Amino acid sequence: MPQAFTKLTAIAAPIMRGNIDTDVIIRIERLVGNAVRGTLGKWAFGSLRYLPDGSENPEFILNREPYRQAEILVTGPNFGCGSSREGAVWSLQEMGIRAVIGSGFGDIFFANCFQNGLLPIVVDQAIVDGLAAEIGATQGAGRITVDLEAQTILSPSGRQHPFEIDPRRRAGLLEGLDEVLLTLQRDDEIRAFQAADRDARPWVHSAGTQA
Amino acid sequence: MILDKPGRTLLAKIWDQHVIARLGDDTDLLHIDRHLLHDLGGSRGLLDLKKRNLTVHNPELTFATPDHAISTAQGRAGTLKIGQELLAALRVETSAAGIELFDIDQPGQGIVHVIGPELGLSLPGCTIVCGDSHTCTHGGLGALAFGIGSSELTHVLATQALIQRRPRTMRVRFEGRLSAGVAAKDLILALIGHIGAAGGTGYAVEYAGGAIRDLPIEGRLTICNLSIELGAKMGLIAPDEKTYEYIRGRRYAPQGEMWHQAVAAWRQLPSDPDAVFDREVMIDVATIIPQVTWGISPEHVVGVDGHVPDPQAIADPARRAAIEAALDYMGLQAGTPIAGTPVDWVFIGSCTNSRLSDLRAAAEIARGRKVAPGVRAWVVPGSETVKRDAVAEGLDRVFTEAGFEWREPGCSMCLAANGETVAPGQRSVSTSNRNFIGRQGPRARTHLASPAMAAAAAIKGAIADVRTMER
Repeated sequence: MPQAFTKLTAIAAPIMRGNIDTDVIIRIERLVGNAVRGTLGKWAFGSLRYLPDGSENPEFILNREPYRQAEILVTGPNFGCGSSREGAVWSLQEMGIRAVIGSGFGDIFFANCFQNGLLPIVVDQAIVDGLAAEIGATQGAGRITVDLEAQTILSPSGRQHPFEIDPRRRAGLLEGLDEVLLTLQRDDEIRAFQAADRDARPWVHSAGTQA
Repeated sequence: MILDKPGRTLLAKIWDQHVIARLGDDTDLLHIDRHLLHDLGGSRGLLDLKKRNLTVHNPELTFATPDHAISTAQGRAGTLKIGQELLAALRVETSAAGIELFDIDQPGQGIVHVIGPELGLSLPGCTIVCGDSHTCTHGGLGALAFGIGSSELTHVLATQALIQRRPRTMRVRFEGRLSAGVAAKDLILALIGHIGAAGGTGYAVEYAGGAIRDLPIEGRLTICNLSIELGAKMGLIAPDEKTYEYIRGRRYAPQGEMWHQAVAAWRQLPSDPDAVFDREVMIDVATIIPQVTWGISPEHVVGVDGHVPDPQAIADPARRAAIEAALDYMGLQAGTPIAGTPVDWVFIGSCTNSRLSDLRAAAEIARGRKVAPGVRAWVVPGSETVKRDAVAEGLDRVFTEAGFEWREPGCSMCLAANGETVAPGQRSVSTSNRNFIGRQGPRARTHLASPAMAAAAAIKGAIADVRTMER
């Protein structure tokens, strides 16, 4: 069930390299097993965050103050591309990230964000670049406000940027709705669809009985 | 008044047939026809459901197999303890839920995207999901197939439906004739290089054109497999006579009168001639030569006669920095020819390129030759059935006599979830789908290529142009 999201004012860290894939966000071996949730925060961005000897890489932004406290990431294009692993979202949340702002995200990562209450915001690259520049100019001290109700981002210098978001997904995040329970309320419709479809496309529904 | 109905795309036809309810804003509740589970996320989803006091809505539309976390060594020796636990949990939970499991050593087991088509589970016009981004593979049969995360997986288990926003549509036409030595893998890598790793984001991509029609089904599965590396979670190809011929007689394919009924319905699926796409791309395949990646994204790709890019030649500072970082990770010198780069590992396998035709193409290069000293080369068949068919043809002996290691079916070194990794700093030529940082193991360096190109690299001990080795 997703965490609700309404409004957040927080430190934001720019991670502007393009095509940060979900393998880079969380390595697969951290996700093998049925009890990994709650263990992932320290492994997020592991290959960027730690040196080969296991010590922190001082060059990586999330290892520096004040970015260690970031709750928002300002990201390069195509952040979260690649693998469908939802652990990418879990690991970001477990390290304290609650919103990501970029010009585009991997499709499956984007969907997974909403399932967990991590808000992904898509805005033009020029706005992303502007936010990153403003954050840099304040050495990270300038906070960003993300207001989901008003659908606005407020930059450290007070510039307001509106953003678009799917109304259904916005409502789901504001209330922290459970999609499974919502869909189960339509179970009569699902069963009616299946009954009609069994006549129209019987081969779809009989596969498991033919072997 | 009669209005002409506008032409409809393959995507629209499949999509509309699966709408249970319209939820507004281009978002629909879609029926899911096939749900495939694997060992990495399958038992977790089933346990989640139990925890919530829910049951599997349609176990007869759900199928499972272990692939990700099992060892591919003979006898499955060395499966990690956690992998064994996941396999045990998958067995217990699928059995309790009444879900058919294709277990190790049984025909039917294999990489989930290899077995779906092979068993006749994946059919044209079906919606197919799996907790794996390469589910787009099944689109090669004209299915609407896409990867989902853990939450959506639980949603499908509980409801046999999924809430999805209709994607935009893109058509990529591959026209012309393939040159010698060029495989389906080269076509799709060249496309990714051309429009970028985010070029397909938000789209369902339909691959069309003469070169696609000419491709056998296994090549079409390879094309669709890499849709997600283009940014598109769905890629699909209209079914045709080749598709029906491929499916006919497979274990779970419709039979008898139902077969004819199904084919008649499938013939209605291809996009209408006047269908309009949001974006169109045209690729002349005659210009494409064997491809190989040099960097850390599949878009970092060149023809095998090409060079590693020189960051100094790039004006845009962000792009220059990205290329510098990629070259640093990959340990490559700017401006050097990609061919001749020495390799430590060759991996022939994965849901991209582990089918019988892939193994034949690699074996054709390996036959009567030897893997170069110092190179470790693995062949990991995509499924138990591929393995048995390959053995029946003697391909396993071609590989082992050449010095390749012949393995058991599974995902293996493509994503290294089972402990099978390329060592830090080592260089691998791989027929898989991702050259991401650390994908094949921490600090491993991956070059993506076709099966024949991978075999050529194993023999030469370096990235090599397969066209110089064909017989």
